[in-house]
Amino acid sequence: MTESLQRLPFVRRLMLQDFRSYAQTSLDFEHRLIAFTGENGAGKTNLLEALSLFTPGRGLRRIELGDMARHGSSGGFSLSLSLDEPDGDSRRLGTGYEPAGSETPGRRCRIDGVSVPSASAFADHLRLVWLTPAFDGLFAGPAGDRRRFLDRLVLAVNPDHGGRVSALERALRSRNKLLEQDRPDDTWLDAIEREIAETGVAVAAARRETLGRLAGLILESRDDTSPFPWAQLALDGPIEAELATSPALDVEDSYRDWLRDSRWRDKAAGRTLIGPHASDLVVHHGPKGIEAHQASTGEQKALLIGLVLAHAQLLSTMAGIAPLILLDEVAAHLDPRRRQALFERLDQMGVQVFMTGADPSAFAKMPASAECWTVTPGTAERL
Amino acid sequence: MAAVTGPEIERLIQLLARVPGLGPRSARRAALHLVKKREALLKPLADAMQIAHERIITCTTCGNIDTQNPCTLCGDPRRDDSLIVVVADVADLWALERAQVTTGRYHVLGGVLSALDGVGPKDLAIESLIQRIATGTIREVILALNATVDGQTTAHYITELLSTYTLTVTRLAHGVPVGGELDYLDEGTLHAAIRQRTAV
Repeated sequence: MTESLQRLPFVRRLMLQDFRSYAQTSLDFEHRLIAFTGENGAGKTNLLEALSLFTPGRGLRRIELGDMARHGSSGGFSLSLSLDEPDGDSRRLGTGYEPAGSETPGRRCRIDGVSVPSASAFADHLRLVWLTPAFDGLFAGPAGDRRRFLDRLVLAVNPDHGGRVSALERALRSRNKLLEQDRPDDTWLDAIEREIAETGVAVAAARRETLGRLAGLILESRDDTSPFPWAQLALDGPIEAELATSPALDVEDSYRDWLRDSRWRDKAAGRTLIGPHASDLVVHHGPKGIEAHQASTGEQKALLIGLVLAHAQLLSTMAGIAPLILLDEVAAHLDPRRRQALFERLDQMGVQVFMTGADPSAFAKMPASAECWTVTPGTAERL
Repeated sequence: MAAVTGPEIERLIQLLARVPGLGPRSARRAALHLVKKREALLKPLADAMQIAHERIITCTTCGNIDTQNPCTLCGDPRRDDSLIVVVADVADLWALERAQVTTGRYHVLGGVLSALDGVGPKDLAIESLIQRIATGTIREVILALNATVDGQTTAHYITELLSTYTLTVTRLAHGVPVGGELDYLDEGTLHAAIRQRTAV
């Protein structure tokens, strides 16, 4: 499997200042498998969250940046990564937040000390995938959570996807707002619907492409005896279905027509009823042939892990950069056999992985090429 | 903490901090610099601002700001009367003029349509644009609006309004940047580039 992973960036050092529970901390890493252990509330997930901010978006907890600053600090925080690149070069990536009222309020991103416009610029050096306990109910939960999960997968491959999803959401909110009026301006509605159709079809096409590639990769390497069952993936939505048979420009036209014809229905509903914002990611447990939400809690976790690992592999192939993998509380629902298999698989992949767990014994059987850290509030020490 | 400076300087700092691009720290630095260069900079700047305040007006033809009405651009006989470049803001007009990419006339809308921010067609200089076009001398309207949701919605809206007139409506191309390689472009950009391909 290692052969397909083209570039393997390595985080040598993580520095945090005024971030969450950390006033000022520096962590130096020597290995690719890293486990943070400590009691609940010690700050383990904060370390993964810090890493997750080196990608567009609001990190793995999806919280406003201003709320991530340490209590008692000025309201801002800084994070920096020293990254060894495969060509022998090293890079310094920095990100942070300055509160309102400061010189340059908002998010800051730098590469080697030079400001870059956004976190999308980090994608040339670093990609990330993660799994947190928030995903545990993914298969049985609302479709919106699965769409967000899918968008995260697409965003890791295509850093521009986030901007398009935000644009679609804004255009839909604008349409809904206009429809609230007693006599909305038809020309204005036409204009917004045209924008929704263009952006919406682009979003749906990007999702289809990433999912199609991921499903293909999973089917190619499927193994019914693997501790991480293979997943059968599909997208459920009329725009996605039409994209399978028609060129994108035709789908844009028919989506626009549909929006125009359904104004009265959407007005009554108070929202736009059909579009990529209402699609769903459908997952089946491959070996058992059942819908994912019907599998046991442990099986669902194993299915998710298999999905995330396959995505990491896809990302390596498509972006040419092996992603960092962040696994929060990953061992919680896994039996010892699956836990052992996970460590072995991660070790084989050769990617850098950061894991957390409250119970240190869950990481006792990690390979020799791994390192364990003990986290207590405000500090982290390597064992 | 006790005030370091008197209220006059503090007020100067507070006003400077309201200028886009300046935060409290750089406003303090700018104020200090102005005070140090009292005769060489502070006085001429104050005079220039006073004159600007008295004389700058908005051009009633295009919405540009200038000290004369019609503005310098509208009054320039060398410019092309058959072409109007529609922009959202004066800053966009200045950007196009800096690049010297067009000799046409301009029309500043004063913003873009935004249902979420409560900015509708009546809040923008769309009616005056239609009036200019109704004179019949315009052959082309270029919609030089941002590639944001609101910018593009405004472009679609104006395109629709102008569909009854005999003229060409164009908008800025989206797609492959100068020096860009296709291999590195995302699907959305390629999609836009294909849709807006041009004959060679």
